[in-house]
Amino acid sequence: MTTETMFGRAIKRREDPRLITGRGNYVDDVKLPGMQRVFFVRSPHAHARIVSIDTAAAEAHPGVMKVFTAKNLPATPVPCGVTIPNIGQKTPGYTMIASDRVRYVGQIVAAVVASDLGTARDAAEKINVEYETLPVVVDAEKATEDGAPLVHDEIANNTSFVWRLDGGDIDAAFGEADVVVKQRLVNQRLIPNAIEPRAVVGRFDRVTGEMTLWDTNQNPHIIRLLISLLTGLPESKLRVIAPDVGGGFGSKIFLYAEQLLVTAIAQDLQVPIKWAESRSENYLSTAHGRDHITYAEMAFKKDGKLLGLKVKTYANMGAYLSTFAPLIPTNLYGTLLSGVYDLPALSCEVHGVLTNTVPVDAYRGAGRPEASYLLERLMDLAATELGIDPAEIRRRNFIKGEFPHRVITGMNYDSGDYEGNLNKALQQFDYTGWRAKQAEARARGKYIGIGLGCYIEACGIAPSKIVGTVWGGGVGLWESSTIRFHPTGKVTIYTGAHSHGQGHETTFSQLAADALGVPFENIEIVHGDTGQVQFGMGTYGSRSLAVGGTSIVKSAEKLIEKGKKIAAHLLEANPADIEFKSGNFSVKGSPDRSKSIGEVALAAYVPHNYPDDLEPGFEAQTFHDPSNFTFPAGTYMAVVEVDPETGKVTPLAFYCMDDCGNVLNPLIAEGQVHGGVAQGIGQALYEYAVYDENGQLVTGTMMDYAVPKASQVPPVTTGFAPVPSPSNPMGVKGIGEAGTIGSTPAIANAVMDALSPMGIRHIDLPLTPQNVWKAIQGK
Amino acid sequence: MTTITVTVNGKSYTRDVEPRTLLVHFLREHLNLTGTHIGCDTSQCGACVVHIDGKSAKSCTVLAVQADGASVTTIEGLAENGTLHPLQEGFWEKHGLQCGFCTPGMIMSAADLLAQNPNPSEEEIRHGLEGNLCRCTGYENIVRAVRYAAEKMRAEQPA
Ligand code: FES
Ligand code: FES
Repeated sequence: MTTETMFGRAIKRREDPRLITGRGNYVDDVKLPGMQRVFFVRSPHAHARIVSIDTAAAEAHPGVMKVFTAKNLPATPVPCGVTIPNIGQKTPGYTMIASDRVRYVGQIVAAVVASDLGTARDAAEKINVEYETLPVVVDAEKATEDGAPLVHDEIANNTSFVWRLDGGDIDAAFGEADVVVKQRLVNQRLIPNAIEPRAVVGRFDRVTGEMTLWDTNQNPHIIRLLISLLTGLPESKLRVIAPDVGGGFGSKIFLYAEQLLVTAIAQDLQVPIKWAESRSENYLSTAHGRDHITYAEMAFKKDGKLLGLKVKTYANMGAYLSTFAPLIPTNLYGTLLSGVYDLPALSCEVHGVLTNTVPVDAYRGAGRPEASYLLERLMDLAATELGIDPAEIRRRNFIKGEFPHRVITGMNYDSGDYEGNLNKALQQFDYTGWRAKQAEARARGKYIGIGLGCYIEACGIAPSKIVGTVWGGGVGLWESSTIRFHPTGKVTIYTGAHSHGQGHETTFSQLAADALGVPFENIEIVHGDTGQVQFGMGTYGSRSLAVGGTSIVKSAEKLIEKGKKIAAHLLEANPADIEFKSGNFSVKGSPDRSKSIGEVALAAYVPHNYPDDLEPGFEAQTFHDPSNFTFPAGTYMAVVEVDPETGKVTPLAFYCMDDCGNVLNPLIAEGQVHGGVAQGIGQALYEYAVYDENGQLVTGTMMDYAVPKASQVPPVTTGFAPVPSPSNPMGVKGIGEAGTIGSTPAIANAVMDALSPMGIRHIDLPLTPQNVWKAIQGK
Repeated sequence: MTTITVTVNGKSYTRDVEPRTLLVHFLREHLNLTGTHIGCDTSQCGACVVHIDGKSAKSCTVLAVQADGASVTTIEGLAENGTLHPLQEGFWEKHGLQCGFCTPGMIMSAADLLAQNPNPSEEEIRHGLEGNLCRCTGYENIVRAVRYAAEKMRAEQPA
């Protein structure tokens, strides 16, 4: 029996041996007898009426099994799962295959099924779709203007919703202000770019009537639920498997047209069907992220005291509302606008706007990076204007004192020490030293900048009551677990969370090893298969440990409770006198009278000598609904050099001080920070999904869209300053998205700091050489 | 259809392929070696990197017929007699992978890098892996993994 605790140890991952030897099992690796490939024909126009589709030549193409259009497929809706209450949200109709009108480049108009992909593609080229093009709008702000082309005729000004969040006396706050800083900020559109593109395999078993879908997905049960609701296939006849999934970052949460189409086609043809997208297809069909245009104003007293914040945001939703889309620029954005600061008054208005672009939904951080970027940029603008050091102005405004602390947005921060975190970061990362180096570099004509990003995020998503009443989400966001303790002492844990790189097989085993006192090696984690796992909600919003982990801990507690009764019976003692420690049940005061958990489990399955009033079996299940979010926070510090001749920004160093609560596995937590930071730096310096005025995606391949390379991200130094969360027994908060949320503003602030001698106060993202050079020239 | 003979991971295969079949599809579809991945269609991501006659190559950019007569090593053939290659070990030790999708290509590229430069600096590693994209790790631990392997390989093979 293990005695050393596993919590906090940098255990190497158990999922790695298969992945480093090429034995992973991703959806595109699934091969079934008789499997056919489907290729989707997508609209080349951003907005057009479909006049006719001629499929005759494609159908006659050798090797083609069938061609589908809206004519021979049901008009199954691609649903939006969120209707924000009381704001009159207009959700446009969206079907899995377009029948009369297309509204973004990439929307599916036909499907060709053939023996192999090459054949399907060749045949698809023979499909003749006649389009009548319509006026296009791609910019969210322009789309709301009178006279702008309408993406959906029935939605005036292309405005799906206007969402407001107000608190405090905003007029008084601005009336009292000595200084108001204002800025228009573009939080540019990004493409998530999980390196594994999406793929779906569908198999319909005509004997049992069962449909199995292998799907690159983060939450297979939600997909099963939605497909069941939409198609009438009962859950008992629909199995969704998300095996090894090659990254998600939000983009694999959603129900897309393709999962529905593969289901329908596999049912229709009764042969296994595979769809695997190409990267360029991914860019045209997988949800994008961010895309805000924001007008922000922040009011301050002379001494740097924050008085109020006014925000008006145009959030580009794309052509339709994706699964969770309305949630992102509202309840995951506006509610985070107090940041780590004491904000007395807020006025926030968000316009959710439809345009002729790929739908936008959650992408790593989802709303919170946009909030953090806004706050941190304005903090720096104020610091410059007021002549206060950026660290100092933050310090003057941090929330201090008692926790939980309710902020003006309504969020109730669980725990934190923002000033302590900043101070630790500055000290450990030698802020003063860097400032000295900067001064010295400036004297030599070099442009070095130092930037801070103090972020907060709401993780551990989410208390179901809030999801239902405030968010208007059609689900509960609890998480489930079943611990099946086998008679031989081995343990299987079924978790509703899903790992697509997070390492749950390792971390959840660590948790359970501690809780049950069994060796780590004896525990197996099962996830991502609705055929095996009880209903679960999957992984996003940095929720797996705080919500899914808590569920496992609670299941373990239930098992131990039952074990105590069994052990008491076997040891002829009172259950109240039984203690459990390191895998052993013993009688208080006489540790030699004990039974191991394995012996107890065996007794539960072979209940010959067993309490009369107790069920046999040794298994426990928990559906855990969190009582609150968790609120990770931290201080990120970037150091960059800008070449004034070329505008090139070189990140020199990047530092992170995270409070993600207690750290279960430092190796994995650090990895999450590294990856998040690289994505945040990507947004700050390189990435931009660009549409031209005709709605063509200019950055349509990896050649044009800059996913950062190894040489483009600096070494990242991490540090942890845990303030345990009181919301769960482990004191954890979440670390999956922090890196992305804190790093973009830190880099942007560093660049503006570097350029401050030139009087440059703001440049919109991404800070590419071209954009920076232009700003320098404009001066 | 063209008949080709390719040695993959030490085993010779003769197969009929369409002239347009890419090596990556040949490996994945014909030989069922699915450890080599496809992450893009413009030769950017490096998920498909294998060794052809000992040199790393993007198998999405090579036709199967071009590999006729060649010797190809994929991630499945890197471990010898059940012993992990030092790079595989390094990636495991240093947490150089998360979702693992880029990993086979990353390891194969890194193996070529180390063959050419047994003692690369951090910067040389970062530049050497420019043809491989990873969206999960931020590369920090990949760099550590490659250094780990470099050290181990140098220790094993005294000059
Ligand atoms: S698949 Fe991306 S480079 Fe080969
Ligand atoms: S580990 Fe996921 S892309 Fe590299």
